[in-house]
Amino acid sequence: MAKASKAKTTSPVKKAAKRPASKIVVAENPSTTPPASNKPLIEMRDISIAFGGIKAVDHASIELHPGEVVGVLGHNGAGKSTLIKVLSGAYKRDSGQILINGEEVTINNPRDAKGLGIETIYQTLALADNVDAAANLYLGRELRTRFGTLDDAAMESETRKVMHRLNPNFRRFKDPVMKLSGGQRQSVAIARAIHFNARILIMDEPTAALGPAETAQVGELIKQLKADGIGIFLISHDLHDVFDLADRLTVMKNGKVVGSARTSDVTQDEVLGMIIAGKCPKGAVPGPGALRDQAA
Amino acid sequence: MTTSGNTSQNPAMVNEGAVARFLRATEIDTRILGMIAALFLIWCAFDIYSGILRPNTGLFGGSFLTPRNLWTLLVQTSSIAVMTTGMVLIIVMRHIDLSVGSMLSLIAVASGVLQVYQLGPSLGVGHPVIWILAILTALALGTLIGAFNGYLTAYAQIPSFIVTLGGLIAYSGVAFLLAKGETVAPMDKTYKIIGGGIQASWLGPFWSWTLALLACAAIVFAIINGRRQRVRFKFPLRPVWAEVTLAAIGSFTVLGATSIVNSYPWPPKVIEQYAIANGIVIPPGVENRDGSAICMVADKIVRCTEGLIYYTGYAIPVLIALAVGAIMTFVASRTRFGRYIYAIGGNPEAAELAGINTKLMTVKVFALMGFLVGISAVISSARLDAATNALGSLNELYVIAAAVIGGTSLAGGVGTIYGAILGALLMQSIQSGMSLLNLPAAFQNIVVGTVLVVAVFLDQIYRRRVK
Repeated sequence: MAKASKAKTTSPVKKAAKRPASKIVVAENPSTTPPASNKPLIEMRDISIAFGGIKAVDHASIELHPGEVVGVLGHNGAGKSTLIKVLSGAYKRDSGQILINGEEVTINNPRDAKGLGIETIYQTLALADNVDAAANLYLGRELRTRFGTLDDAAMESETRKVMHRLNPNFRRFKDPVMKLSGGQRQSVAIARAIHFNARILIMDEPTAALGPAETAQVGELIKQLKADGIGIFLISHDLHDVFDLADRLTVMKNGKVVGSARTSDVTQDEVLGMIIAGKCPKGAVPGPGALRDQAA
Repeated sequence: MTTSGNTSQNPAMVNEGAVARFLRATEIDTRILGMIAALFLIWCAFDIYSGILRPNTGLFGGSFLTPRNLWTLLVQTSSIAVMTTGMVLIIVMRHIDLSVGSMLSLIAVASGVLQVYQLGPSLGVGHPVIWILAILTALALGTLIGAFNGYLTAYAQIPSFIVTLGGLIAYSGVAFLLAKGETVAPMDKTYKIIGGGIQASWLGPFWSWTLALLACAAIVFAIINGRRQRVRFKFPLRPVWAEVTLAAIGSFTVLGATSIVNSYPWPPKVIEQYAIANGIVIPPGVENRDGSAICMVADKIVRCTEGLIYYTGYAIPVLIALAVGAIMTFVASRTRFGRYIYAIGGNPEAAELAGINTKLMTVKVFALMGFLVGISAVISSARLDAATNALGSLNELYVIAAAVIGGTSLAGGVGTIYGAILGALLMQSIQSGMSLLNLPAAFQNIVVGTVLVVAVFLDQIYRRRVK
């Protein structure tokens, strides 16, 4: 397994990638939950990004603590996916800072983000459809033999182990992932995100393509990961999902943050108001995107 | 229904026929099997038909399945085969390279001008530096032009179709200027070995058999090694009989091909020259007549068992093509570089998000394509013993057609090196078969074009059925 860390990362910070893989998913005793520290695991400050004059994200700030699930909500085009893609390295921000454990970090591309232990499950899953599960799991950080060739057998073996934990019925290790069902593809994407010891996990609409049973499975998984002290950003349209799984939520509208709140402090209706009208309720901390008269 | 069920734990597998069970157990790609079947069918048809027109010594009484024709076929295929291995990777990455033909002309002319007009006069004809420098120049120039194509595609973000369409037109213009419209000839003596047209480029039976045995050993080793890997990771194993069958088929193919090339004798003239040059006594009755038979007893042509005879064995360009095929297969399937090419072809965005530098990969793959064109340029010009600005014309289309016939999908992400090489062999077979039947060139073009379309159509049907 230690070979995984040999994968060349050109990122400036490689600490996270060097850690050996541990059994994130099988952690069975939630008592290991670390105490919520004061320092956020990740803090995005005043992030802005524009595409050809359109401010997709406008001075947005958001933070995440270890073992915490933060739901990011908003309409289509509210900027939630864009904000989160800045964190995962898919987009380069125009301005703003990203801090991990209080230290400013540079994220200019997906490799940087992965080097910092930030893993993403994209809504589109971002799988290479024409290669098999193992090739996707290890895409970009292939295991290699001592001759420098691909160690397909070792990769398949590891993939069998991780898939056995996530989706015990999964058997189709030799098929290209395009032949798999939606749920199976999803489990490959999830396996890829958690297999390399993520500290921060971004899940973009993780349940959008799933049936009820599979959705419940993802919920279980999120609880397990939380127990391991991983911080999770959960981007979702689905209020129920967010209220079930998230500790806090942040609502975005027109690229700005409307407000953030603990899920226990607000009702679903209030959150709906935040999403649709930008009204920030009493239980929430208003952001720059909140309606001025309602904010007080 | 098959009786012995040693591999069928799954009840669904018991009901399949012997052929299906065989294919599943050996994990042979049925598409490739279909191609090989088509190839043999075409070969047999040409042999039978040419036999009807003019009986000869072929398997079915024709002139196609003769050692001489098959040997020539292999040599003729090598240039296209080398290039098509690179084209597969380009197409898999969702790009195209239309400029390979013009590039080949340009590189061949550049290498020719260098050895004929520059190095020849200054170093003296036949100086050993000449051929080395000429080949290195060809490879370097190819790599550079390819990298340039790739750079424009990746970083200037011009579609590869346009970049290489421009290249198709422009590079042949440069080739014309370089050659001043003339045929650049003759090539260096040692350089010509690469082309396979002279005696020095034939391996002879001893080395051909040695290589064949090494290849068989490699096949057996690969199968044993693969099985050991599966055992180590406790993966499901192929039944032993399937492994043995695979090894047998592989070895049989290698040995069969070797025995064919080893039964093609040198042309009479070459034997005569060789004998005179080396002071070998020519047995009585050996004359230089038309055809390949050179042994004569009192006006009658006899089998050359007692006469002076040498067999060619593998020609250098064929070995180069085989080596390129093997290396490129290794690169495509066993290296990170190859894995990235397929991943980019499957989903460029996902590859980018996985941290792959897709732009740099594009440049590298185009540079590799250029390098392979460099090899083919050397083979072509060495074989022709000349370089002209028309040497590679239409080659781009043959190269692309070979890749596509071999199962490479123009939508990207799918394609194999061995498939493309088989595709090249198939196309060359059709062309040389029709030449053998004395069909006019126009007719040949019609058939080759039709075969391309039909092959893709059949492939589509196959893929739909498999899904």
